[in-house]
Amino acid sequence: MKTEPVIKIQREDFDTAEEIKSVASANKNTGAVVTFTGLCRDENGTLSALELEHYPGMAEAEIGRIAEQAIERWPVTGLKVVHRYGKVAPGENIVLVVAASAHRQAAFDAASFLMDFLKSRAPFWKREHLADGSTGEWVDAKESDEQSLEQWKT
Amino acid sequence: MKLVYFAWIRERIGREYETVELPPEVTTVSELLTWLKSRGDEYMLALEKDDIVRVAVDHQHVADRNTAIGKASEVALFPPMTGG
Repeated sequence: MKTEPVIKIQREDFDTAEEIKSVASANKNTGAVVTFTGLCRDENGTLSALELEHYPGMAEAEIGRIAEQAIERWPVTGLKVVHRYGKVAPGENIVLVVAASAHRQAAFDAASFLMDFLKSRAPFWKREHLADGSTGEWVDAKESDEQSLEQWKT
Repeated sequence: MKLVYFAWIRERIGREYETVELPPEVTTVSELLTWLKSRGDEYMLALEKDDIVRVAVDHQHVADRNTAIGKASEVALFPPMTGG
């Protein structure tokens, strides 16, 4: 049976353990689950929040396309991406990727692939809110994020 | 055609979206960018660094500036993404 990715774009925070459990229990052939959680940093006390803007409709579609590529490439038994938008405080979750497979390597690879592509292909933009109450800058895209896509070229 | 803008491109243009009637000579992504820049200082400011502006046509990334947009219903312009 073909794996159907689960993609959630939401304002609310999520319960990492619950999200993992639902992927792990969905397919009894799953023997390995790899997860990545991205959190908001306070940048050594200078940041009060990150605000994430997204492109509704395209965010779901683009993450879906990335997930489909991962499913074609590795024998995964489950995939989930949860990405938040709106204001996120330091210490809170921003993104969760869950990849499940029968054996560990496919799950590690699929999770890493998903995160690399999410970073520079999913239509989200972060803006800083500073600890002094002012609105900071839009976060600049990193050249290294673009470069990390290179490793997945076959 | 609906145009949508995000992040600092949205802020510089001063609107989230607009519906435009493209002149007949504007048929590609590249021509759209050139035409928009001629519409006023706010567009010029938003799109001056033309090569870093990212474009999506009907929710799909478009890397080739020669892509035809004639049949598109929604074109989005935004800076490089910083999610994850």
